[in-house]
Amino acid sequence: MTDPIVSAMVFYALAAFTLVAAGFVALSGNIVHSAFALFATLFGVAGLYAYLSADLLAVVQMLVYVGGISVLVLFAVMLTSGLDGPLTSNPTFRLGGGIVLMLAVAAAAFVAATAVPSGVESAAVPTTAAIGDALLGAYVLPFEVVSVVLLAALVGAVTLARGYKGGHR
Amino acid sequence: MLRDVANRLQQFLGFDPATFGYSWVVGAVVIGIAAVAAFVFIAIFAGPVTFWERRIAGRMMSRIGPNRVGPQGVLQWLADGIKCFLKEDLVPASADSGLFKFAPYLVFGGFMATFAVLPFGANLVAADLDVGLLYLLAITGLVVIGILMAGWASNNKWALFGGIRAAAQLVSYEIPSAFSLMSVVLAAGTMSMQGIIRQQGAWPWDWFVFRNPFLFAAFFLSLTASIAEGNRTPFDLPEGESELVAGYHVEYSGMRFLWFMFAEWGNLWVISSLATVCFLGGWQVPGVTPDEIAASTGLAFAGWQLASLFVFVAKASVLVAFVIQVRWTLPRLRVDQLMITCWKYLVPMALFCLAGVLVLLAAIDENGIADWALRGVSMAAGVFIAVAYIGKVRASYMADRDLYRRMEGKELWYPPYRLP
Repeated sequence: MTDPIVSAMVFYALAAFTLVAAGFVALSGNIVHSAFALFATLFGVAGLYAYLSADLLAVVQMLVYVGGISVLVLFAVMLTSGLDGPLTSNPTFRLGGGIVLMLAVAAAAFVAATAVPSGVESAAVPTTAAIGDALLGAYVLPFEVVSVVLLAALVGAVTLARGYKGGHR
Repeated sequence: MLRDVANRLQQFLGFDPATFGYSWVVGAVVIGIAAVAAFVFIAIFAGPVTFWERRIAGRMMSRIGPNRVGPQGVLQWLADGIKCFLKEDLVPASADSGLFKFAPYLVFGGFMATFAVLPFGANLVAADLDVGLLYLLAITGLVVIGILMAGWASNNKWALFGGIRAAAQLVSYEIPSAFSLMSVVLAAGTMSMQGIIRQQGAWPWDWFVFRNPFLFAAFFLSLTASIAEGNRTPFDLPEGESELVAGYHVEYSGMRFLWFMFAEWGNLWVISSLATVCFLGGWQVPGVTPDEIAASTGLAFAGWQLASLFVFVAKASVLVAFVIQVRWTLPRLRVDQLMITCWKYLVPMALFCLAGVLVLLAAIDENGIADWALRGVSMAAGVFIAVAYIGKVRASYMADRDLYRRMEGKELWYPPYRLP
């Protein structure tokens, strides 16, 4: 099942899909199209995770980013631009700044990728059980602290949404 | 399943297929066969189930329902399908034509993708992922995006409102659905669909629904939430005919419309089989353990596969009939009632069930006296609900029959399998 050529083909197909979608996000003139392309990009990234046999990560990426964040982004875009929103909502395109920024990001990514030894060559095994054990075993304290942070964020969001004016409601 | 097939192939061929230079071709063919099988299943499920649903609907509304095409109208779904094939594929002039054309495939794709992990029998599953249940919850995100895309690209007020309502509804109801399914994950200790089934038994007292009162409640919460996620009638605001004409698919016609309908009726199966897997013991055949099925060979193996398939389809079909009946019994909620139902009732109740399951898991020994007492209480509640439900259905039927006889002086056109 793991023919290197087929494996490489799958990888390049996934990477090409993700990159084309990402390019569309940046270059599309229509903001709703950009939002849909963002969804495709995140989906492609989930595919890459699945390719790397990080099955739990892939599914969580889909659950959180594809199912949650993209829908929220689409909601926000649709509610702000209105029904007959501008067809060219992204008219400015600064080539120079964009290239500089792209080079900077590429350099940072290169440094990050070479500084840490790139992962061990391990067999493709399901990771869910191991991650579950680690989260509720060795790393249970950080895990719980993160959930307290999320709880605080939730309370903050409720307070903001209610528009606190001193009295009740 | 792939490994199973590989092992059996190896026995059959007399050599290890893994040494075969093009083993990925074999893998691709097996995956292709699984995909085609799922597709064919959905085609022959979603079609006739529309007929089934319309006949039940006719019954419940004291009218006849489809009875013209074929004997007793059983071919009505074929006629409808052919009609939709032949219709013109309209794209509104002001629509965003690319997104408009793509959206139905996204909805249908997101729906079909659930079949990757939905089991049909002891070894009849395309991929038994470790993250099966989570995958199932996650992949519905595609449907949300597809519906939003359809609603926006139609460039129509009603469609956009339908799309936005659908997205709000699906995102909200995902939460009680996930919480009630998570209590099953806690009880089973795995997220793999086959693993969840193996943790249950073939007999009702081993099913998760009757394990304890919290899981019993979680079954109904999860069923309610999945009906809402499937946009079925008490929760069908995204296409509420009286308000939005047809919601997000108002501008669609012909085959593109049919993709939405496929997904909608196929969803009946997804709802029912998910509940069967998580709560009703899945495909477990009474009198034989999953290990014995896995160890059997040849004809016996095939026989057990068929038996487990039959058990699974029977359980899921009962639920399908129940979900259809709910659709024609309850009126549609308002938007505010929809959100109140979700956030003020379902979410807290699902959280309560989750906490209850946790406490019971920690406090009670499996197969101890307390465990069996809890199972007994849950089963008693289940039997009571079932008897009350069947009694109510029968009482309505009798009342109808007597009224008809008094008014018309002749018998009503029951029994259900025959029409005038």
